[in-house]
Amino acid sequence: MTDLQQPPRETEVATGVSPEGVTSTEALGLTQKPLTPARLAWRRFRRHKLAVVSTIVLLIIVVLCVFAPVFTNYTIHTQIRTNGPDSPLASFLSPRRGHWFGTDEGGYDEWTNVLYGGRISLAVGISVALLSVGFGSVVGVIAGFFGGWVDNLLMRITDLFLAIPLIVILIIGSQLPATQHWARFAMGNAKSLRAVIVILSAFFWMPIARVIRGLVLSIKEKEFIEAATAAGASKSRIMFRHLLPNCSGQIIINATLAVAAAILTESALSFLGYGIDPVVAPTWGNLLAGAQGQIDIAPHLIWFPGIAITLTVLCVNFIGDGLRDALDPKQLSV
Amino acid sequence: MTNGDAVATNGARPTLEVRDLIKHFPVRGTRGKVVVQAVSGVSFDLYPGKTLGLVGESGSGKSTVGRCILRLLEPTAGAVRFEGVDVATLSGGDLRHARRRMQIVFQDPYASLDPRMSVASSIKEPMKIHGIGGDLDQKVRDLLALVGLNPEHGNRFPHEFSGGQRQRVGIARAIALEPEMLVLDEPVSALDVSIQAGVVNLLEDLQDRLGLSYLFIAHDLSVVRHISDEIAVMYLGKIVEYGPAEQVYEHPQHPYTQALLSAVPVPEPGIERARSRRMLEGDVPSPVAPPSGCRFRTRCWKAAEVCAHTEPALIDRGSGWPVACHFSGSDGS
Amino acid sequence: MTDALTTFDSDDDSLPRPAAADAPLLDVRDLHVTFKTEDGMVSAVRGVDLHVDPGEVLGIVGESGSGKSVTMLAILGLLPNTATITGSAKFRGDELVGRSTKYLRKIRGGKIGMIFQDPLTALNPVHRVGKQITESIREHHPELSESDAMERAVDLLDSVGIPRPEVRVRQYPHEFSGGMRQRAMIAMMIANDPDVIIADEPTTALDVTIQAQILELIKSVQVRTRSAVVFITHDLGVIARVADRVQVMYAGRAAEIADVETIFHHPTHPYTRGLLESLPATTTRSGRLRPIAGSPPSMLNPPPGCAFHPRCPRAQIDVCAAEQPPLVPRGEPGHLSACYFPIAAPPETEL
Repeated sequence: MTDLQQPPRETEVATGVSPEGVTSTEALGLTQKPLTPARLAWRRFRRHKLAVVSTIVLLIIVVLCVFAPVFTNYTIHTQIRTNGPDSPLASFLSPRRGHWFGTDEGGYDEWTNVLYGGRISLAVGISVALLSVGFGSVVGVIAGFFGGWVDNLLMRITDLFLAIPLIVILIIGSQLPATQHWARFAMGNAKSLRAVIVILSAFFWMPIARVIRGLVLSIKEKEFIEAATAAGASKSRIMFRHLLPNCSGQIIINATLAVAAAILTESALSFLGYGIDPVVAPTWGNLLAGAQGQIDIAPHLIWFPGIAITLTVLCVNFIGDGLRDALDPKQLSV
Repeated sequence: MTNGDAVATNGARPTLEVRDLIKHFPVRGTRGKVVVQAVSGVSFDLYPGKTLGLVGESGSGKSTVGRCILRLLEPTAGAVRFEGVDVATLSGGDLRHARRRMQIVFQDPYASLDPRMSVASSIKEPMKIHGIGGDLDQKVRDLLALVGLNPEHGNRFPHEFSGGQRQRVGIARAIALEPEMLVLDEPVSALDVSIQAGVVNLLEDLQDRLGLSYLFIAHDLSVVRHISDEIAVMYLGKIVEYGPAEQVYEHPQHPYTQALLSAVPVPEPGIERARSRRMLEGDVPSPVAPPSGCRFRTRCWKAAEVCAHTEPALIDRGSGWPVACHFSGSDGS
Repeated sequence: MTDALTTFDSDDDSLPRPAAADAPLLDVRDLHVTFKTEDGMVSAVRGVDLHVDPGEVLGIVGESGSGKSVTMLAILGLLPNTATITGSAKFRGDELVGRSTKYLRKIRGGKIGMIFQDPLTALNPVHRVGKQITESIREHHPELSESDAMERAVDLLDSVGIPRPEVRVRQYPHEFSGGMRQRAMIAMMIANDPDVIIADEPTTALDVTIQAQILELIKSVQVRTRSAVVFITHDLGVIARVADRVQVMYAGRAAEIADVETIFHHPTHPYTRGLLESLPATTTRSGRLRPIAGSPPSMLNPPPGCAFHPRCPRAQIDVCAAEQPPLVPRGEPGHLSACYFPIAAPPETEL
């Protein structure tokens, strides 16, 4: 434990005067800037080589996808033809110069598909993570803080959601906007990006709610919470300014893992045909769906989207591992 | 009537009057619901600028008393009159207003500060809650200097400070609202011995400077003796002896007080090894099922028939201060 | 009560006997313990000498960071792998530093018994208390049957003052109160007739009236078994009560070693004196207290030279910060302290 050196004094009289002989921050052996919990966490994160490498790789993937137009000359609507505008489509080309990932059934450049598909997958991953973790944290902190019937009610609802088989409900849910007005209002059109994000978020919040509730149950007994109460803090202040920030480690970790899970689930949904409509936009999942019939003639159409999913999810998980150690609760939240 | 008469008060009204405070915890035991009788009728007064030491071992209920006074726990029954107003009945804005005037310092310097907030933010928080205006940052600097810390270190985080320093931050936070009374729940127990003295001195200085009243809850009898004007000894939820600190230490009347004082090791080998000791047998009974009559009788060497069916009242039995024992009096040894 | 403590033959051939009758039981020289942590190397113990003679009570007193517990844990091999231990620690002439875990486990709980501060960590909560005692007995005396060992366990619980031991022996640790758990741990420890009992803050977590009982118990056990006791604590009152000799530790080294009277009345090391002066006396209502300025040092970066010098009213920087002061004799035999400017002992005035 580092120690802020106060200059030694024979007597400890509280005179309201600065202790004499206080020298500069450096001389007292302090770090130049305060050692915020964030800075401490970063230091610990840096020690995990795998997590650091994964961050770099993930960053590269994100840059490639977000700035897709920079990295490809084609759009997702460009159909490559063998020889001039009236010639047949250049379908199922194998990877070569100019088309690093080859082309698919419709003559669309696969590299372009994968880059733009990545945009969707990452957008889904991040949005679902933010929404579900946000909602789940609030549920968890309310349940943990109030206890009693509030806790009971919220946790039973959580259990209910957890008991519903995920893929089934996602499939059903994704079809709702087609026939139900209220669903269309909340989710937009069926098979749209918004629909997928909403339906996934609705069923991803439960794990974080439970985790936060458990954490809050232990933190709320700590004396600094009593101190806030004694100072007159309102319940919401305690929940949102004291309890939740002290759960930030778990929140960040869970959010990271939710990104990975959301990407995988979206891919699965799209693969099954219930995700984003492939006519509207490519996603890694629906690219896989389209390619599964052509595994003999064009295996590359399975490899590249598949590797993209696996690599991204792997990176996110390694980063999550690194974060788990970096944000170790023992160090930061007593 | 309580012993307000025994202590010279120069006519001042008590800051705090606690009357018949009771706190019971319903708990699910192995055989259905049971009640933990943590505090079973405690009454005392605290005068302005004075310190009342509340001592006892585990199960005595002393910490529970402190928390009930600040409404960190809801009293089951009884009155807690702070400057005439019964705090136990307040709510909402009135309660928040009352909270300004009484604050608490906790035992564990590692758990009493929010680890994610800078020290200055922790000290500022009570002021923000109560809408105190002005240059809060300057106020924080003044408070840090007042408790003997470097005023420029406000932006640091608790884990960068040592235990004694954190305790000082906790004290700064407690006095930020300029309260009239502080409840100090074992404020130095978790600190190294050589550091305790500094924090105790600080508390005394602040009391002189700011006119604070202290309810000093502790199990370390030597520290309590040093800082207290009066002491109240608690056993299993009740006060057994309540009088001027110096007198009670010199001439303890209640057998439990005698045993307690006898058990505290004195850092002086000649005295310590020559002392005759009053040893207690067995353990403290469970607060779920306290003994009938006098709660101390199961471990008391003076226990007789009467102790089992008549609870001794807390009254002056000739010593000049209230004692709850049928056979009170100086220990021959 | 059967005298259960002398039933066993304490002559274990695989362990060496001391060469001379008055050689120290435990002899530690220049012990160093460093820990590898993610913030760097922490030097918890920086060159400690200590010895324990047969039958005596050595009190080791120190505050946080003094290394008092780590020293003992290191000798017994109870530290994690991140610890590096160098130096020498001889038990009855036999070196313990660097020995195999197997050998140390045999010594622990056998010839060297340990009592810890928190009995809950030493006692396994999922096993009955009796079973834990019999396990310890049978590990060191495998020739005993389970029922014989259980009989002995009941006797032991009785000898440490636990009422209805035949019932208690079948209970789990959580069914015992704090004081009783400590008694059970003492029972477990004396089961194998130790030569040295190491008590690491055994009463710190206990109420003061229970502490008094346990101190009495330790004293009576020591008298019965004639073993030596190493009593580690931060409480000078306890030291005054139980110790024959005292070793004051600061920042991983011994600051002063002397018999108990000398430590309290004629300390030569400024830290010892500072410690004594910072105590509120229980006998009179004291005036203003006198703390030791500053805080205990970080063992990640201990101050150069004498670790106490930043807090010492007698320090002279050019000397004290240059090199660590060696432990040197001061007058009476057995009195040593590590200071360049020790407090002079007053001339002997006979009582």
